[in-house]
Amino acid sequence: MSDRAFQVSRLPGFATIAIGVFLALYIPIFTLAAYSFNTNISMSSWGGFSLDWYVKAWNNDQVKDATLRSLIIALWAAVISTAVATLAALGTTRRKAFKGQTFIYVIINQPLMVPEIVTAVALLIFFAQIKVITGYQGLGYLILAHSAFCVPFAYLPIRARLEGMDLSLETAAADLYATPWRTFRHVTLPLLLPGVIAGAMLAFVISLDDVVITEFVKSGGQDTLPTYMLGQLRRQMTPEINAISTALLVLTIALLTAFFLINRQNDKN
Amino acid sequence: MSQAEQAQVSRSVRNAWYLSTPALLILLVGAVGPLMIVLVYSFLLPGKYGNVEWGFSLDGWRGILFTKDIFDDTLVLADAHLTIFWRSIKLSLLTTVFTFLVGFPTAWFIATRTPKSRPIWLFLITIPFWTNLLIRTYAINEVIRTEGLLNTILMKLGLITTPLQIIYTDVAVFIGMVYVYLPLMVLPLFAAIDRFDMRLLEAGYDLYASRLQVLRRIILPIVKPGLIAGSILVFVPSLGAYVTPRVLGGGKQMMIGNFIELQFGQGRNWPLGAALSMLLLIVVTIALLVYVRYANREDANV
Repeated sequence: MSDRAFQVSRLPGFATIAIGVFLALYIPIFTLAAYSFNTNISMSSWGGFSLDWYVKAWNNDQVKDATLRSLIIALWAAVISTAVATLAALGTTRRKAFKGQTFIYVIINQPLMVPEIVTAVALLIFFAQIKVITGYQGLGYLILAHSAFCVPFAYLPIRARLEGMDLSLETAAADLYATPWRTFRHVTLPLLLPGVIAGAMLAFVISLDDVVITEFVKSGGQDTLPTYMLGQLRRQMTPEINAISTALLVLTIALLTAFFLINRQNDKN
Repeated sequence: MSQAEQAQVSRSVRNAWYLSTPALLILLVGAVGPLMIVLVYSFLLPGKYGNVEWGFSLDGWRGILFTKDIFDDTLVLADAHLTIFWRSIKLSLLTTVFTFLVGFPTAWFIATRTPKSRPIWLFLITIPFWTNLLIRTYAINEVIRTEGLLNTILMKLGLITTPLQIIYTDVAVFIGMVYVYLPLMVLPLFAAIDRFDMRLLEAGYDLYASRLQVLRRIILPIVKPGLIAGSILVFVPSLGAYVTPRVLGGGKQMMIGNFIELQFGQGRNWPLGAALSMLLLIVVTIALLVYVRYANREDANV
């Protein structure tokens, strides 16, 4: 065909810009990953392929500690935020609008609206006082802060799932004399589960990614992986940071791909 | 309504509150409540070594715009502060406009793919969005720094002889913010375009509209809600950006976020820092309220 059919949805130049955008999004990430395999320390020239920086990062105790701490916090934050978000989603969906509903929405979604730096400063001031009063210095502050800002990320997919669910199955269970608890346990919860898993995964990723709030809330020696990296950026940058970033990147992408596939499965059903 | 029905409704409402309480508690302690403390702190006196002293004062708020002259205690406009505010607003607006200019074609491109490949393109936009902000900032740093990819390529091609000094300038912060926040513009634009009935375009062309007319009269009005949502999603975090200006601006090209941090670190003026935080919060809230009003009006029109 010499003459392409006139397509109404084609706008001249748009595809070119879009492809350019995708390239611009991914070239820096690939560059970052590529340099993690570079033998040279200078990062200005390519000295050959090696896994030295991964080995180095793996043997770095600070990195190990920070990674472990990041995972512990993210796990707790994901569990706590998903638990409370599930309850809140059950409370705020599938019933008649009531007074105060907007208030609940605003509070739950607050972390999406308030700039992170403002929350970070607020928590710094608040926890500084609590630390003086109680003397407790542990990870609890970070877990609480992370749980709080993860709530909306866990809440939204769970709520979306609940709103799309068929009420008739639960009515059927009730008609068959199932107690409300048994209905919830054997009908609602299994149906809701994909939403809960999706919410927990998003919460986990969001907690793992946080820099600003953690940087302000952490006590001495409580670096997470991102705050450790931020601290390193001020000093000499070595490909070790690239190696850590790449590893974290692979973990995030693996989680997201799983999320994507679960969601697709859901849509099909 | 019968009494039984009424009882059932009030029981349902009570349950809703019980179920929401744990989430509300966590957010009150871990996010909303401390904001009230910041508000109080903004009206107190600065302590000598950080923290505050109890005593009412408007110095924190006054300090946003004015500084006391060290010799005769008169108030003078704080030029350094104004520079930082101006940079924050300028860079945030530029970021918003530029992300739209490249994000709109991208969203359109994704929305017009076949139903089979569309989720994959969408996924490709989502990955950077969920990737650690610090990693993405660091990735763009790899490209624009003095010995980075961009300079290396340009020098190899012989287009420049000395490396371009992009890093640690406003331009670097701008490039970084566009890179980091672009998905936030593309996703709502895509949502708006995706709902759009392409037959309207056909109708437009059938009635002899030119491409430009179709773009202006049909496409833009339909994209508008996505544009407004995307602009809010990009503008709000840009204004409060902290990590990107810190890494790419190198401590000199500060934005409001870094300026706030400074008040709690070496600068040690907690009330000023608290007042600045509140100011940022107020600006963001106004932007969101304007958006909500707009969105409600749109809903009412449909």
